[in-house]
Amino acid sequence: MASLLATASIPDALTFSIAAVICVSGAFGVVLARNPVHSALMLVMTLFGVAVLFVEQDAQFLAAVQVIVYAGAIVVLFLFVIMLLGVDRSEVVERDPLPGQRWMAIGLGVLTLVEVLALGRGRWASGPHSVSGALGGPANNVSVLGKSIFTTYLLAFEATSALLVIAVVGAVVLARRPRDGAGAGAGAGAGDEGESLGQPSQVGSKQPEDAADR
Amino acid sequence: MTVPVSWYLTLAALLFTVGAVGLLVRRNVLVMFMCVELMLNAVNLTFVTFARRLNDVGGQAAVFFVLVVAAAEVVVGLGIIVAIYRRRLGATADDVHGLRG
Repeated sequence: MASLLATASIPDALTFSIAAVICVSGAFGVVLARNPVHSALMLVMTLFGVAVLFVEQDAQFLAAVQVIVYAGAIVVLFLFVIMLLGVDRSEVVERDPLPGQRWMAIGLGVLTLVEVLALGRGRWASGPHSVSGALGGPANNVSVLGKSIFTTYLLAFEATSALLVIAVVGAVVLARRPRDGAGAGAGAGAGDEGESLGQPSQVGSKQPEDAADR
Repeated sequence: MTVPVSWYLTLAALLFTVGAVGLLVRRNVLVMFMCVELMLNAVNLTFVTFARRLNDVGGQAAVFFVLVVAAAEVVVGLGIIVAIYRRRLGATADDVHGLRG
């Protein structure tokens, strides 16, 4: 903390510290929360913290997009799916199919973090400056970024539009209601709520097993 | 004076590690997906940090594309998850082992 205050002004250091605490606590909340809804809300917290850090680093447009797209659309989509599938499905923590995997994962993660920090120490960012255009100040961030995307990265931008169309088509195919002629369970996305209500035997046969798992 | 680059990169590495460990530890597919989003955000933070440090707009453009790809990925991934749940294969990633030989 002392080294941070030695190199940064008080408001900058304070903003960074608060946003960093928000980010990290949200990230731990995502991983540790038992309820998926709590995980999604903690994810929103982390995303807001990252957006604050974006503003702190003169990326105003990306901060706005981060809040609008991530917190506004993606997390709402997550919550929608959680609610659609039912929030009462709790995770089975007693029966570990791979014994010791949890501790090995934590150990590996800590090891990787320490390794990366040790390797990056002293030479965090090296390389030439302003290869694909200089970053403007906070006043013209949007115009500089827009100019770059529509000139230097035009091909990637067009490919992005193709990707979005493919994603929309894929989502529609996955969520499609199977035709009446098709056999039940034959399609990849067989049945929705209405259809599973029409198959009470299947639902009923699965329910006790779920209850036993809990 | 602004906050040095090393602090941002350390924070991003920590966020990435938490996301990766969460992806390995959790069994709920939705929470695993959220951990992937966490890792993507950590990488976005490094991109923006490098963009500021090297005074290069390419880093911010990369974040823009990562955002679009993340949106597309979430749409398709959640579609797959809903399709899996509809077939009543169970609530955790270990219940989906249909491709095991």
